[in-house]
Amino acid sequence: METIIFYILAALTIIFSVASVTSRKILRAVIYLLFVLICISGIYFLVNYNFLAAIQLTVYGGGIIVLFIFAVMLIHHVELELEKTALKKKLIAGLLSAAGLAVTLWAIYTFPFQETNTYTSIEVADIGRILLSYEDGGFILPFEVISVLLVAVMIGAIVIAKGKKLTENN
Amino acid sequence: MIAGISIYEILTLTSVLFFIGIYGFFTRDNLITVLMAVELILNAAAVNFVIINTYLYPDLIQGAVYSIFIIALAAAETALAIAIIINLYRIIYSVEVKDTETMKY
Repeated sequence: METIIFYILAALTIIFSVASVTSRKILRAVIYLLFVLICISGIYFLVNYNFLAAIQLTVYGGGIIVLFIFAVMLIHHVELELEKTALKKKLIAGLLSAAGLAVTLWAIYTFPFQETNTYTSIEVADIGRILLSYEDGGFILPFEVISVLLVAVMIGAIVIAKGKKLTENN
Repeated sequence: MIAGISIYEILTLTSVLFFIGIYGFFTRDNLITVLMAVELILNAAAVNFVIINTYLYPDLIQGAVYSIFIIALAAAETALAIAIIINLYRIIYSVEVKDTETMKY
């Protein structure tokens, strides 16, 4: 059962991600990206990382996609079609990505992974404990750094998006 | 771990996703769609962290923590980049890659 669900999710992920990078209508591309993100949160659910799946759905599906749609609505007409990419560019990019994919897959399939068969799930309490732990293997410093980064990004985004109005007044 | 699925199949899926993102990054001419390709790449990396954690080291949770950091960074990067793109559109009325030639003046 889980095998079938995984293959369905994998097929949908690949189909929608290809559609997302090739669609010429920009709003449709954003919606295809939303489907890709939802399928990936389904994979997180399959491996029992419920907290990450919820984060993926809220931050990506809820936040980032809304930001993208917001930007598209502000900048383009909804029905606007993007320019066609030149065939030569497509060919070169496709060849380069196919070559990279081949090298990566060769590296993956020749590496002997030592799979374990224990079935675990991660509790939210464990993630919270390791994020705030200052002992060995704790993540308190990166946690603080990322909170400072988020504040800086928030202020920076406001200042940049405000544009001239803010800088002319002072 | 997922019953009946080996780590190789999931790593294949994430590699394909990553290189579709690379393809989009190369071919797209619009700044917003380039940003969407970057999102695909970051997502593939985050899934890799989780999968390697759950298949190879199931008693550790470092991979999940790193995925949370990646998601936070992706959100921050998108917010900032979209602010820059909107500001750029106000100045030069275009979000095409070929039209953004100068840094400030």
